[in-house]
Amino acid sequence: MPYGPHTTADRERMLAALGISSVDELFDDIPVELRASGLDLPEPEPELQLSARLQALAGRNRTDLVSFLGAGVYRHWSPPAVDQLLVRGEWYTAYTPYQPEVSQGTLQSIYEYQSLLAELTGLPVVSASHYDGAAATAEAALMACRQTRRDRVLVSRAVHPHYRDTVRTYLGPRLELDELPLVADGERAGTTDLDALERLLADPDHPIAGVVLAQPNFLGLLEDMPRVAELAHAAGALFVAVVEPVSLAVLAPPGAYGADIAAGEGQPLGIPPQYGGPYLGILAATEPLVRQIPGRLVGMTTDLDGRRAFVMTLRAREQDIRRDKAASNICTNQALLALAASIYLAAIGPHGLRDVAALGAARARELEEALAAAGVPRLHPGPYLNEFAVRVPSARAVHRRLIERGILAGLVLADALPDQPGVDDGLLVCATEVTTGDDIDRFAAALADELRAEPGGRKAGHLATGTR
Amino acid sequence: MGVVGPRLQPTLDERSRPGRGGGKIPHAPAGALDRIPAAALRDTPPALPELNEPDVVRHYVNLSQLNFAVDTGFYPLGSCTMKFNPKLNEWAARLPGFAQLHPYAPDEVAQGTLQLLFELEQWLAEISGMRAVTLQPAAGAQGELTGILMIRAYHRARGDVERDEVLVPDSSHGTNPATASMAGFRTITIPSAADGGVDVAAFEAALGPRTAAVMITNPSTLGLFESRIGLLLDEVHAAGALAYMDGANLNAILGRFKPGEAGFDVMHFNVHKTFSTPHGGGGPGAGPVGVGERLLPYLPSPRVLREAEGSYRLERPGERPTSIGRLRSFVGNTGVLVRAYAYLRAHGGSGLREVSDDAVLAANYLKHRVAEAYDIPYDRPCKHEFVASATGLKKSTGVRTLDVAKRLIDKGFHPPTIYFPLIVDEGMLIEPTETESVETLDAFADALVEIAAEAESDSELVTTAPHTAPVRRLDEATAARQPNLRWRPMTGRQMPCPD
Repeated sequence: MPYGPHTTADRERMLAALGISSVDELFDDIPVELRASGLDLPEPEPELQLSARLQALAGRNRTDLVSFLGAGVYRHWSPPAVDQLLVRGEWYTAYTPYQPEVSQGTLQSIYEYQSLLAELTGLPVVSASHYDGAAATAEAALMACRQTRRDRVLVSRAVHPHYRDTVRTYLGPRLELDELPLVADGERAGTTDLDALERLLADPDHPIAGVVLAQPNFLGLLEDMPRVAELAHAAGALFVAVVEPVSLAVLAPPGAYGADIAAGEGQPLGIPPQYGGPYLGILAATEPLVRQIPGRLVGMTTDLDGRRAFVMTLRAREQDIRRDKAASNICTNQALLALAASIYLAAIGPHGLRDVAALGAARARELEEALAAAGVPRLHPGPYLNEFAVRVPSARAVHRRLIERGILAGLVLADALPDQPGVDDGLLVCATEVTTGDDIDRFAAALADELRAEPGGRKAGHLATGTR
Repeated sequence: MGVVGPRLQPTLDERSRPGRGGGKIPHAPAGALDRIPAAALRDTPPALPELNEPDVVRHYVNLSQLNFAVDTGFYPLGSCTMKFNPKLNEWAARLPGFAQLHPYAPDEVAQGTLQLLFELEQWLAEISGMRAVTLQPAAGAQGELTGILMIRAYHRARGDVERDEVLVPDSSHGTNPATASMAGFRTITIPSAADGGVDVAAFEAALGPRTAAVMITNPSTLGLFESRIGLLLDEVHAAGALAYMDGANLNAILGRFKPGEAGFDVMHFNVHKTFSTPHGGGGPGAGPVGVGERLLPYLPSPRVLREAEGSYRLERPGERPTSIGRLRSFVGNTGVLVRAYAYLRAHGGSGLREVSDDAVLAANYLKHRVAEAYDIPYDRPCKHEFVASATGLKKSTGVRTLDVAKRLIDKGFHPPTIYFPLIVDEGMLIEPTETESVETLDAFADALVEIAAEAESDSELVTTAPHTAPVRRLDEATAARQPNLRWRPMTGRQMPCPD
């Protein structure tokens, strides 16, 4: 065994102390007829070969593409300080701070995370992390049902499809989920249909526990969040805002427009994409919801000598204390990613974060102009921050051919939203501070080329020169 | 000399000075946000702290030194399997090919990771004796929810809709009853028998046409193998219910017992316990779930599939309508799963069996030593962990398990899990794992024996411990009564940019 310390002599000494001759005797309590059939697994591999194998596997992934893919997970530059601090064993090889006297590092870091995210979201109560944005959104929906004692949640179709699916799974057959349609055309095309929201909220037979909208929404567009808050509250429902934390450096925070709960994906705060996780589920709420919020909370207190210290608190919400009456079953969370987000925010600072958000917006605008010049217009007219949808004839085929040219042309909307009308020819593209002018030029030129080649495509080739 | 550093730290907010920091991100051009309606913008910037990088680094290095961790010492936290976290695995997860891969990357771009995930699923199925495995759940508790939701879907598909109860032994993890509630079931608690196993008579009395599932941790949280498991599983299935195995204690039985072979229908793995992925100060983990034949159709989507010509792909949305759906975004905590994959490759089948053999041998040896000074309520061979109790010590000296735990800190050790499982008076759940040397086990046992002696000779020394930690015991009551969960009210104060 590669990491074990025991020599033959050690094992013999322990066996002798126990008065037995073989470790097999310690497994005599497994009934003979239920003993395992053996383990058919690969041979143990020394680290030298194993490291080469892992490198080869990683090399089979293509991470060299010029990428315009976002859709809930964003490429950002993370100061090297973040990862260099994360690899300290004192952080990543500790566990939940059950013994506060020897866990003040983790406890204070969580308290600081709560404070930083309270500042970003404008909501005072922040849980110490959930699995990801989808699970946090699902927990938010359940909170709304518990708090209002109602059993129906409205989720906009412009919330990330994985989040909608996750909410549906968590609500199960006991609680109801209705989807809010999107405006089909006009100035507000691609945003949530607020007339439909108003109608559903007014149905006396189906009182609504919570309304869930994303800002920016999955299509990159900005929603009228203050109006949604008004409508939801007038009907006695809670308002759940699904947020992207970098955007909160410049966009109005949920606390300011009346959201009761904010949920979101913390990955953009210095966490690599790593094919789906581990990420950081952000969950924040107003003060009256403090006893409904699931997950760990850390509070400031003092020790016997009056020294300031930090401790897990309001534990009566949690599964190890309350068992079947707990607010959630969550135990292991994403603490190390909350730490990563805190270090990222501390290292980059408030002005740096604003620049990250605003640079992304500036690059996205350049991207929009370059793609329009290449004959690829936007799908919706409304305002966006750093992500938007464009209309490309034969989007799926073009997307595939662009990979051969070294370009990851965003997300094929028809694949991600198979049931959504009006996105058939859509690609969802984004830019961030790491997107360069060269990247944009290459993308626009390649797209123009492909459209020229595409039999059903527009004759857009002449527009491809001098796109920027 | 304390087991962790002595220096408490100011908060980031207290370290902040307006004008510090910068130099990381170029300024955005003026007008970058011009096209965004004013109503959608923030009025005032968030009042985040302003620090220069050297201050940030010192802050987090100094804070880290206030933590006890596996990398700094023995961490026998029962039920958590705090084994060594191999460094190769940390390196592997950070390889750019793994770390920088976008989860919406098309399958043809993600073949390396998809192959890794596919192989990992196969190995976990082999280890557990299950038919198939999903890697999607982010942690053990989410794995439990996945399993119970699949069980619900199974019964509903058969029109068996009256089953609204889940049976859970009283020694179980709190996540089990909390999961049952989340999935809409009522929890029926089954008492334990005198030998620590499930009380069969009470179990049989509770089992019936309302029973949807039974959740059993095996070995149990007392560290004991459930020897009557064959009988219990037969009865569960005869009653039309399904059996869930909480795999938190899998580290004891690798290569010795396969839950799927024995008749369990579904189980979760805690890769941050059994397969050495780090605990991260509370997470992340990953909680893959294995299922037998009955639950195969209900696995969460997307699954990782291998095509006939050898390439890999993800299931498409809606491809398998019987699925319970998604538990989270994307495929799972892939970065954690890379580490688990490396661990399994490094060990192979023979190494895994040795892991369990050594973990069980170490636990029995340590139990034998701890018995010199403490009660052992269930005195038979344990698996990878065991429960000791300070009941006798408390009677004779007034010193409680909590005090013993705090005094262990002064002796250089992380305390075990205390007062769990709930059914043991003054319990300490001790799990040494296979990566601790016999010298460490002896030193820990010596410390516990010494503490028992101190309790007799100078009980105040024990009841006021720890004495060498950066803080003494905390005022948890005030923390809960007047919660202070952030450094100040959100002000959103204006801060001019320094450059």
